[in-house]
Amino acid sequence: MRDKILWILAIAAVALLTRDILVMVDLPPEKMQGAIFKIIFFHVPMAMTAMAACGVALIASVLFLVTKNFLYDALAVSVTEVGLAFLAANLITGSIWGRNQWGIWWAWDARLTSALVCWILYASYLMLRRAIDEPTQRATFSAVFSIFCFIDVPIVIFSIKWWRTQHPQPVFWGGGSIPAGWYAIALWQLLAMLLLGTVLTMIRLRDEESQREIESMRRMAHAF
Amino acid sequence: MEFFRQVFVIAHKDVRAELRTKEAVNASLAFALVILLLFSFAFDPESETTREISGGLLWIVFAFAGALILNRSFARELPNDCLDGLIAAPISGAALFLGKALANYALVVAVELVSLPVFSIFYNVHLGAQLPELLLVLALGAWALTVIGTMFSALTVNIRLREVMLPMLTYPILSPALMGAMRLTTDLVLGTAIGKDTVMWLKLLIGFDVMYTAAALMLVEFVLVG
Repeated sequence: MRDKILWILAIAAVALLTRDILVMVDLPPEKMQGAIFKIIFFHVPMAMTAMAACGVALIASVLFLVTKNFLYDALAVSVTEVGLAFLAANLITGSIWGRNQWGIWWAWDARLTSALVCWILYASYLMLRRAIDEPTQRATFSAVFSIFCFIDVPIVIFSIKWWRTQHPQPVFWGGGSIPAGWYAIALWQLLAMLLLGTVLTMIRLRDEESQREIESMRRMAHAF
Repeated sequence: MEFFRQVFVIAHKDVRAELRTKEAVNASLAFALVILLLFSFAFDPESETTREISGGLLWIVFAFAGALILNRSFARELPNDCLDGLIAAPISGAALFLGKALANYALVVAVELVSLPVFSIFYNVHLGAQLPELLLVLALGAWALTVIGTMFSALTVNIRLREVMLPMLTYPILSPALMGAMRLTTDLVLGTAIGKDTVMWLKLLIGFDVMYTAAALMLVEFVLVG
């Protein structure tokens, strides 16, 4: 059953992505930026998907601490890894755009810095997991750390507003001026990215469960 | 009331144990001095620009030197299974955490108070003008460092690569607080009082302290007991 859902979601994600890319190809180049502006249809939805992943990781971590059900731990690690990949893609697409428009790969402006801090935070979550062998301890400690990370995200993000910023002000839902049709593309693209994220998380989750199963079988074999 | 008595007992025990050996404080102070020396090679210590980044330098010194104290906080309890004894004692995890955090705080602040005048002499920085506000920023920043550091000291005490993991986990989480503390300290060292532009950084520091103290007190039980 779960495999069927996975396949349906995967096909939907690929179909939606293909459709979005075809629509984007047809868009005329922007007056100031040329064709590079189209990167925003990946850049912004990827950031949002990464943020959604952070939220799911928080919920899964809290649920693990409350229920001690290892399924939530597996979900937390899966969704964090996928979110980290999306955030990395967000940073890379932003960097490509910055090279093209600003002439530099990286600017230490607050928004970039905060995205990087978030990336490092969740990367150290994965590092923490690797340093702990005992499964219950690993799950508990990383759940606590994940909650700490999540508290940090809004603080990091709000400090943007107080630091001078070079990053363009948000064009979607931030008072920017863009043609009306672009919202629709951005929203469809957001849906595509969320679907893609869900599919990847589900695959990773299956991985994690098999891993746990193998470990418990190994322990049983040692016991005899 | 009972809770605070327990906190005090733990804090008192930790400070007394540290004062007998002075191992963490001495190491931390020596380390702070070494970093201050190394900075003098990295930047021209006489120049005006060094004063403009002095807040950043100072907080890097505090954060690095503080990590040495925080690393010892729970690791000290490992020999003779003292940690198990503390966890089994009839006190809550929150009291144990808060007691340890207060002891660490005293030590971190002590190291800061010693390295501050040294820094001021070496780098020709005048602290006098805004001293009370500077001490306030120092106190708030030190608490942020302590509360995060003590929590992660408990988290990493039993895991592989403890010494590496603690800074790896602590500094990224701490980054907004460090940003605020660095910004405020630089302004205060340059003689600018906390004004309309910078008061939000002070609020950020206070908010950070309050939020993470609350989060740590709520979650520490999971870390200590499981």
